[in-house]
Amino acid sequence: MSGHSTYEPKTGIERWLDTRLPIVRFAYDTALSFPTPKNLNYWWTFGGILALMLGIQLVTGIVLAMHYVPHVDYAFASVERIMRDVNYGWLIRYMHANGASMFFLAVYIHMIRNLYYGSYKAPREVLWILGCLIYLAMMATAFIGYVLPWGQMSFHGAVVITNLFGALPIIGTPITTWLWGGFAVDNPTLNRFFSLHYLLPFVIAGLVVLHIWALHVPGNNNPTGVNVKSENDTVPFHPYYTVKDGFAIAVFLLLYASFVFYNPNVLGHADNYIPANPLVTPAHIVPEWYFLPFYAILRAVPDKLGGVLLMFGAIATLFVLPWLDTSKVRSMRYRPTARLYFFIFVLAALVLGYCGGQLPDDPVIAQPSGLLLLDADINSFVWLSRIATLYFFAYFWIILPVLGLTEKPLPVPESISEPVLSHPATTPAGAVASPEKRG
Amino acid sequence: MADTVVGATPDPHASGDDPSRRDFIHIAAGAAAVGAAAALVWPLVDQMNPASDTLALASIEFDLGKVEPGQQVVVKWRGKPLFVRNRMPEQIAAAVKDDHADLRDPATDESRHKPGKPEWLVLIGTCTHLGCVPTVGGGDYGGWFCPCHGSHYDLSGRIRKGPAPKNLVVPDYAFLSDTKIKVG
Repeated sequence: MSGHSTYEPKTGIERWLDTRLPIVRFAYDTALSFPTPKNLNYWWTFGGILALMLGIQLVTGIVLAMHYVPHVDYAFASVERIMRDVNYGWLIRYMHANGASMFFLAVYIHMIRNLYYGSYKAPREVLWILGCLIYLAMMATAFIGYVLPWGQMSFHGAVVITNLFGALPIIGTPITTWLWGGFAVDNPTLNRFFSLHYLLPFVIAGLVVLHIWALHVPGNNNPTGVNVKSENDTVPFHPYYTVKDGFAIAVFLLLYASFVFYNPNVLGHADNYIPANPLVTPAHIVPEWYFLPFYAILRAVPDKLGGVLLMFGAIATLFVLPWLDTSKVRSMRYRPTARLYFFIFVLAALVLGYCGGQLPDDPVIAQPSGLLLLDADINSFVWLSRIATLYFFAYFWIILPVLGLTEKPLPVPESISEPVLSHPATTPAGAVASPEKRG
Repeated sequence: MADTVVGATPDPHASGDDPSRRDFIHIAAGAAAVGAAAALVWPLVDQMNPASDTLALASIEFDLGKVEPGQQVVVKWRGKPLFVRNRMPEQIAAAVKDDHADLRDPATDESRHKPGKPEWLVLIGTCTHLGCVPTVGGGDYGGWFCPCHGSHYDLSGRIRKGPAPKNLVVPDYAFLSDTKIKVG
């Protein structure tokens, strides 16, 4: 859809610049006139929300770096100084800490939308992989950032996560020593984490540019999953989607602000307000909420290396998803069977997140059953995690490949503009959002 | 006439301007650039490894007189906790009794203390699973229990139950006198 430019320079300065650096033309073509499917629903507004969140994190982060001291003796105190003494430091830090959570919330919704509408399928595989890389870089950035306040959770979270690499045979110990810059998580570790935490967001920003570039080659997918056939199927990005995204952003900011101003610590852990003590581990180590599903997968496996491999395997699986899903139909609107498995998948991911925050050996309901299987009670969060982990992997590696070949999808509309208006019976209940019917 | 021309003086353009020499220059230049880049990468990678001053702080001395029988003292060594435990006779006996139990990382109790000093157990106090600090006296075997992911260690610091793969590590240490050890 990267067709001919419709930009016409209006002033002399614009004409002069256009023949030297056509930057206004580029901005006009990508952000204003860009032809966008006319049936995008609110699930499509999270891209814009994510761009805003990245901007907020960058601005608040750069400001925090002006007051933060990356040294084990001063880090905790400098964060407290930001909270108490720096003008509006409390606001900027709470925006940054809760901004990370909002960023992940938006990215998870963005990914789930992608899974439902099959946006990762050809010709958008590279777009999807770039998105996975952004997600990976986000996880690295968020983990490293959580270490910087140098509280108890910061420190012991860093210990546990860096020790994951120690599970690798032979190279495990040299790698952890290399990551730490010593024999334990200590000042060299904090110092380099600060450096990387400043660097990685710019890597993310670079990946976002590639992500948008890869989006603008085939153009947006849409709720029907049908390719854009003609100009009748599209509207210019501005004003239609600038306004729609703007409204969604405003609503999203309300949620964000409610955390920042009314419950700024609810997503954090109280133990992180205790300065790091390498000699005492908190009784219950939990990562931030957005890592809990992966933490549950890690703990579901009774073997150290196996758990680490499975956890990274869960992320690696996302990268190959475009080649695992064999269905030619993109949108699950027309895949009722796949839709059922999809909703179970979302449930499994939520269950994993819940399990990741619980003590592994605690019973899920009432009392332990007393029945031990693979070293754990069958009525325990370990076993619930195991079942959910099994479904997580089965969904990608068995259900999606097989279902694409065996299921019978509903008839797909000819185009976005001519959905089955003449055959209302074939429009599934979920498709009422089609705006072309509402004028 | 034709015979004398062909093969007499080879046409420099037709035969490709001595391609082997040009290829050699390309390969040599490319290899030099790759070699130079690789030589530069190593310092950039190795700077992340422990610095000399970090390595210099690697050994400590500790006075055992501070540790009463049955007690454990935790000291910091190389940024990690070090457990120095003064075991009671019955605890030693329990550890020795388990030498032939079903151990994940088999080791006799004798191999885990210095000869003639069975009461002194010196261990690196990080769980071999993911590096948390186990609590003393907890777990099913009376040794240590790791609160993070539930690993149980016995009175010899051997892994008995839970996700950890190895026994608590015995660091390099030596007795300087009857009441003093040097670790590292």
